[in-house]
Amino acid sequence: MHEMGIANSVLDAVQAEARLFPSAHICKVGLRIGAMAGVDPDSLGFCFEALVRGTEFEPLILEIEYSPHKHRCASCGGLFDGPVEGSACPVCGSEDSQFIGSDELEFAYLEVEDGADAARTESPQ
Amino acid sequence: MERMPLERKVLNENDRIAGELRTQFARHNVLCLNLIGSPGSGKTTLLERTLESFAPTERVAVLTGDIQTENDAKRLARFGFPVKQITTGGTCHLDARMIEKALADWRLEDLDLLLIENVGNLVCPSSYDLGENEKVVLLSVTEGEDKPLKYPAIFFKSTLLVLTKLDLLMHVPFQLAAAEENARHIHNKMEIVKVSCLTRDGAQSWLQWLSERRKGVRAAAMVEVQGAAESARV
Repeated sequence: MHEMGIANSVLDAVQAEARLFPSAHICKVGLRIGAMAGVDPDSLGFCFEALVRGTEFEPLILEIEYSPHKHRCASCGGLFDGPVEGSACPVCGSEDSQFIGSDELEFAYLEVEDGADAARTESPQ
Repeated sequence: MERMPLERKVLNENDRIAGELRTQFARHNVLCLNLIGSPGSGKTTLLERTLESFAPTERVAVLTGDIQTENDAKRLARFGFPVKQITTGGTCHLDARMIEKALADWRLEDLDLLLIENVGNLVCPSSYDLGENEKVVLLSVTEGEDKPLKYPAIFFKSTLLVLTKLDLLMHVPFQLAAAEENARHIHNKMEIVKVSCLTRDGAQSWLQWLSERRKGVRAAAMVEVQGAAESARV
């Protein structure tokens, strides 16, 4: 529902990076999104494409790494992926687990074309 | 082609402003709560029951978010406390900048409780930190007991679940125990209160929770003052 706002934030960050490294041509931006982040990847991709159209970044590819919900097994303590309502621990088979979710909504990487390598060794935070 | 790591949250600008707000709230010993629930879950009515329970001397203020209309602010202003409507114009959640802007002409030193009623929505508000101490999620018995499983983020991030419209329970197939079980499946330390704002049954349990949280903020402030006094002596 708020994917356009998220897409805007992503493009803002790309623009900020581009200003820091004017020689770099950013061609791909990678995001990590958790199942609990409340963001629909398809819808975000759609919004992002619409935003990028007509800008100097076009075509800028958005790559989303989507992580499923996580659970912690109450018996063996192991972490495992599963649906929100939970499932048996794949290691010990216990049905008793604690929902942990996965609410990442973060950048993972930018892919740039040659020319930026030298500029990017020390990234200002 | 080169891949450069970029370790940063997408909403880091919102998080930065929220962090500043949180610091301000702590400095002025203000308890800030972010109330989240579906449209029609009873957020404004819970606030009405809350404000009507307060003496006029209580240092409380309300920000209420909606996509359109000043209706909620009008309903809440009747109680004589400062109330401000945030109309988002289409945005489905409040963000930290909206709170910062709305608070610009209020003095936090005049407050010790700030109640924020978010835009009616169980999805997007969960992504935006407003600098609040805690999120409170409302779920009415006319919705469904599986809402915590369908919208886990907001239940995971809230510390209190207020089950509302309990007076309607006899008319709807809502399974109260299943709703509580689902909420605790998502968040095992979830506190739960059950209220009917119409009959006021259970309203006391919410007010009690609120009062304890306010005492907590005051106690933390006392510890800080004592600590400062002691280090001044040394």
